[in-house]
Amino acid sequence: MDKHQSLLWLSIAIFSLGLLGVIVRRNALIMLMCMELMLNGVNLSLITFLHRSAVAAGGVLVFLTFVVATAEIAIAIPIVLLLVRRTRSLDLDAYTDLKG
Amino acid sequence: MLMLVLREPMRVAMALITTMVSLGAIYGVLGVHFIAAFQVLIYVGAVMVFMVYVIMLLEVREAPGNRRYSNLLVAGVLAFTMLVGVLGISVWRSVAPTSLSAVPDGAVFGMTEFSTLFLRDYWLPFELTTVLLVAAIVAALAVVKVSRRTHG
Repeated sequence: MDKHQSLLWLSIAIFSLGLLGVIVRRNALIMLMCMELMLNGVNLSLITFLHRSAVAAGGVLVFLTFVVATAEIAIAIPIVLLLVRRTRSLDLDAYTDLKG
Repeated sequence: MLMLVLREPMRVAMALITTMVSLGAIYGVLGVHFIAAFQVLIYVGAVMVFMVYVIMLLEVREAPGNRRYSNLLVAGVLAFTMLVGVLGISVWRSVAPTSLSAVPDGAVFGMTEFSTLFLRDYWLPFELTTVLLVAAIVAALAVVKVSRRTHG
C-alpha cells in the first residue's frame, strides 16, 4: 500500500466517522463539529489527489471548501444560539417543534 | 473516534482541534505548505475558536441521565460500515494498479504559481465565494435581528 492509498484510507475514515457522528450524536454543537470533520476528510482526499497528479484544481477546491466551511459556521452558530435561547437545551429532541 | 464517545462538547472540540492540527502537519509533510498554514489559521484559528467560544458562552449542562446517542445508533453504524466498505473497495481497485505515480515526490506548488493560477483560471469561483461570504454575513445579521425581535 503506497502513501497516497493510505492517505485516501485516512480520508475515508475521517469522512465516515464524521458522518457517523452527525447521525448518531444528539448534541447540536457536536453535530456541527462532526460536519467540520467531514469537510476535513474531503480536504485531505483533495490534497492527496493534488499531490498525486499535480493539478492545481485540487488546491483551488480546498480553498473554496475553507470558505464554505467558514460561511457554514457563521450561519449555523447563530441559529444554534437562537434555538438554545428558546429551549434552554442543546438536545435535538428539544427541537421537535421545528417539525412542519 | 474520540469525538464520538466523549460527552462534553468542550472535549469533543479539543479532539477536533487535535485532528485539524494533525491534518495540517500531514499537509506540511506532503509539501503544500500554504494550505497547511491556512488549515491551521482558518480552521483552528477562526472556526474552532468561534466554536469553543460558543460552547463556553452557552454552558448548557446536560442532565446526567441524558442519553448520549440517538435512536438511530444501529442504523448509523450500519450505514457507516457500508460507506466504508463501498469507498474502501473503490479506493482499493482504483489506486492500487496505478500506484506508480508519474509525478516525482517533490512536485508541489509554490505560492506564486498557485496564486497566479487561482486568479487567472479560477477567477469565477473566487468571485462567487465573495458573493457567498456577503450572503452569509447578511444571513447572520438577519438571524440576529430575528432573535432581537422575539426576545426584546
